[in-house]
Amino acid sequence: MSTLQNVLIGSVRTAVGWLPEGWLPGGRPDPLIGRHGAVGRQSALSDAPEKVTGAARFAADVAVDGLCHAALVHAPITRGRITRLDTTAAEAAPGVVAVVTHRNMPRVDSPALIGLSNPSAVGNSDLPILQDDRVHYNGQVVAAVVAETQAQADHAATLLDIGYEVTKAPTDFATAKASARTIPTLLYEPTQRAEGDAEADLSTSRYAVDAIYTTPWQTHNAIELHALTVIWEGDRLTVHDATQMIAPTATALAKMFGLKRENVRVLSPFVGGGFGGKGFWDHHVIAVAAARLAGRPLRLRLTREGVYRVVGGRSQTEQRVALGADAEGRFTALIHTGTSVMPPYSCSPEAFTLGTRAMYRSGSYLYSQRHADMAVVPNTFMRAPGEAVGTFAVESAVDELAHEMGIDPIELRLRNLPEVHPVTGVRFSQHALDQAYRDGAARFGWAERPATPGERRDGEWRIGMGCASGSFPYVRLPGASVRITLHRDGTAAVACSAQDMGMGTATVQTQHAADRLGLTPETVRFVSGDSDLPPAPAAGGSGQTASIAGAVMAASAKLVGELIRLAGNASPLAGLRAEDLHFDRAGLVAREDPARHESFAAILARANREEVSVTASGAVPMEMFRYAMHSTSAIFAEVRVSDVTGEVRVTRMLGSFDCGTILNPRTAASQFRGGMIMGLGLALTEETLYDERTGRIMNPSLADYHVPAHLDVPPIDVIWTGIPDPRTPLGARGIGEIGTTGVAAAIANAVFNATGKRVRDLPLTLDKVL
Amino acid sequence: MTVLRYSRAADLAEAVSAGQEARLLGGGTNLIDLMRKGVERPQHLLDVSRLPAGIDETEDGGLLIGGALSNAALAADPRIRAHYPMLSRAVLAGASAQIRNMATVAGNLMQRTRCPYFADVAGASCNRRVPGSGCDAQGGVSRYTAVLGTSKSCIAAHPSDMAVALVALDAVVCLEGPAGPRRLAITDFHLLPGDSPEKETALAPGEVISGVVLPPSSLAARSAYRKVRDRASYAFALVSVAAGLRLEAGRIAEARIALGGVGTVPWRAARAEALLIGAEPTPELFARAADAELAEAETQPATAFKPELARRTLRAVLTTLAEDAA
Repeated sequence: MSTLQNVLIGSVRTAVGWLPEGWLPGGRPDPLIGRHGAVGRQSALSDAPEKVTGAARFAADVAVDGLCHAALVHAPITRGRITRLDTTAAEAAPGVVAVVTHRNMPRVDSPALIGLSNPSAVGNSDLPILQDDRVHYNGQVVAAVVAETQAQADHAATLLDIGYEVTKAPTDFATAKASARTIPTLLYEPTQRAEGDAEADLSTSRYAVDAIYTTPWQTHNAIELHALTVIWEGDRLTVHDATQMIAPTATALAKMFGLKRENVRVLSPFVGGGFGGKGFWDHHVIAVAAARLAGRPLRLRLTREGVYRVVGGRSQTEQRVALGADAEGRFTALIHTGTSVMPPYSCSPEAFTLGTRAMYRSGSYLYSQRHADMAVVPNTFMRAPGEAVGTFAVESAVDELAHEMGIDPIELRLRNLPEVHPVTGVRFSQHALDQAYRDGAARFGWAERPATPGERRDGEWRIGMGCASGSFPYVRLPGASVRITLHRDGTAAVACSAQDMGMGTATVQTQHAADRLGLTPETVRFVSGDSDLPPAPAAGGSGQTASIAGAVMAASAKLVGELIRLAGNASPLAGLRAEDLHFDRAGLVAREDPARHESFAAILARANREEVSVTASGAVPMEMFRYAMHSTSAIFAEVRVSDVTGEVRVTRMLGSFDCGTILNPRTAASQFRGGMIMGLGLALTEETLYDERTGRIMNPSLADYHVPAHLDVPPIDVIWTGIPDPRTPLGARGIGEIGTTGVAAAIANAVFNATGKRVRDLPLTLDKVL
Repeated sequence: MTVLRYSRAADLAEAVSAGQEARLLGGGTNLIDLMRKGVERPQHLLDVSRLPAGIDETEDGGLLIGGALSNAALAADPRIRAHYPMLSRAVLAGASAQIRNMATVAGNLMQRTRCPYFADVAGASCNRRVPGSGCDAQGGVSRYTAVLGTSKSCIAAHPSDMAVALVALDAVVCLEGPAGPRRLAITDFHLLPGDSPEKETALAPGEVISGVVLPPSSLAARSAYRKVRDRASYAFALVSVAAGLRLEAGRIAEARIALGGVGTVPWRAARAEALLIGAEPTPELFARAADAELAEAETQPATAFKPELARRTLRAVLTTLAEDAA
């Protein structure tokens, strides 16, 4: 990511802005928008029976003959080098097959860091993996022990004798912040954006708020632990993985181990939660290398502590939000700046100011952020990276301003909604946050909220309501490809290496392909989870559904041509061109004359073919450059706060979403709710606790790191506008991450409404309320 | 984790005779975790889960609880619920249903601190784990450490909910040892850390907890267990209060109070009790009692809120109990 990248993205955006609309892919709305087919109907997860009965085989469940097991050894120091390494006792322990250290680890390059310039890059860190005696952060893997059983490996791992020379490392935020750096690019945007003199306007504003908001480190805690089962057969490598980047992982492993890409196969048909954490980490490389050294199939499953030590999470942030407004509540100045942590070896800037840029217009604005270097496990993307914590700051500040002005916080937001993207000036593809607020407020009973804090109570419990906006950008990733195969029996298979981490990818794409091909969902099979299939990009940025849908659109268009060719002159379709036809009733139909129809089965039978197959990639996602495309939400929360103890209990929440077409209400509602529960965890309970003296994580377990328990999670109501986005496949925008945004602010605002106490520091634990 | 030997005790005598060398295994909900972490490295595990696990009525109208009784069964017992409701509530406030099904009464008394530095064999110093090695908790991640009964060598909190209620109820721990049986007030069972935090209980070598006696109690109608924590369930106490009052003629005739989450041992609030007995129950009195109990609290930056939280919780619990009694 570089200044050059800014220039490139900027010039593409400018050039695309000049083009007439019809030239753009997606310029004409997807014809499936508004059609009542399988899309939009309730459908249970297609793999639910396998998961419920236990038939589903996750990465650590795959049975392999001759399997051996690995255990990792983590550095207990934070920075330094290994000065003594004695593996004798471990090697002599019962069942030990191999001990892997930097001395015998195969020489491999570090993976390329994830970034816009290289869509297939997978690295969360570019540090060497067991290549030398250096330790860069506490918990870094310094050895792996391979044994016949997991228990033997775990035991032998405790027998390694390793001495360290410790050097000083940046381990406390306050110090690291002082020397934080600014990089030119924040994902797809220049880091710094300014218009006018926001500081000056702030100081002369009729109303103003200006505060610092802080959010904590968080760790990924998907229920399934990261795991690989690795099988080498000569120069062929098969990896059963728990990953949300199947094809990129295969490509990376091939490159690192000097293999032909077609000789590497990554399988990940079931993943027990991803959220950004199931990417590519050191354990991948170590497991593959260890299996090679052991000469045996090998399994490596991280312990829960191992996940904390190997897999990074969400960076802590310190954000300043300042808002100035005139007498009518129109924003005259908006400042959102701050610092997060991104060590030089990591690639994930916690881009907390990006969402704000699209949320509000303001007379002047200043957006910028800095990155502090700390010796920590490489931080990474975690559900709604940037927006989850950014919306906490800005949406708390808006609530503060509304209180100062004495107007309803929803009203204040609606007065400042932008007509066009406030920074780039481009039009929104579709934007109905105002409707989401009106619908949500009515259903939640917002009118009952007393404007004055602290007025409602039930015994010792004070009751309050809060709301906040959520926002997350639309993404359609380039490079998604799918293969559609029509069979003579009238069924179809749609295949690509897509990832389904439980959110319903296969279910929804089955519904989609059925509508696209004029079939019923029962006759369509969506095949995924295998890098031997046409490659899909990583599941990230809430973009997988649109990315694959775009590829299915492209492949189905190509399929029309193939079918015309096969149909020949004896077909009722003879003489028609592709643009004259569309899919319907399990075949092709002439647009102008629905009577001219021929089924796929008939076409294949006449051509004496068992099947026809096409593969295609989705069109370049130019819509992202031409339009401002954001899912948005209005989040409502009601809380009870104990006057005695400061305990906060959320009694109900409502999420009102504007995310385009909802493809499957059942799986969508589940994703929204799950996202909101993660927002609840961010708001109230979750915090990775580093000992700032040493840089060591001290709560690496589900007992000590508090994800919300069942009793913390209230009934969550979920509604949506359902207004299609005319610029996307199916009219849908991403829904995977938006649920997490806005929630923390809605809860903190509700706590303020209940108590009059403004908490700007997450998690919102009782000591901050007392 | 390597265990050289596992055996199961058929009766108390066998447990006592094997006990010198062996580590006793009840439900394993704490010991096995600590073995996985390398904190505990027993060579011999003696399974005592088949030892007496009933609840018997004693001659004076109390109850004798078998040491191997599960926490879940204890909490569900109708006699416990009727006569010692704070104990039932305390047990149900702890852990999760799955853990309560496994955990035993004796094991609960023997559970070890959840201080993160105690559990971190690879990365931290802890006097309780390795005597004389130092205490990294002081000045570190210490939200769940104690503020009462701490010493220079250790600030670790005792994690049990059940034991807090037992302390308030004046329970007696029944021990069986090489020198025969003996009984010990529960307040004498857990030891303050002092200079030797590794010595956590008054158990003599080879001694086994056979059971716990609850003396008859007339506090049931006015007793409570209130636990304050960072999430609604499955979290250790930041502060908990077990309390019972008996009023006579508008004055407090009997008061039993214990605190959890704040002490290095389950904390009997003797100073608060002494102020309450014989006095009229008023908010001012409860405030004075709470202040007196927390007067000597010593805090870390991360526990600076705990004395105030404990005072508030204690005042609120006592106020509610006095109202109930009125």
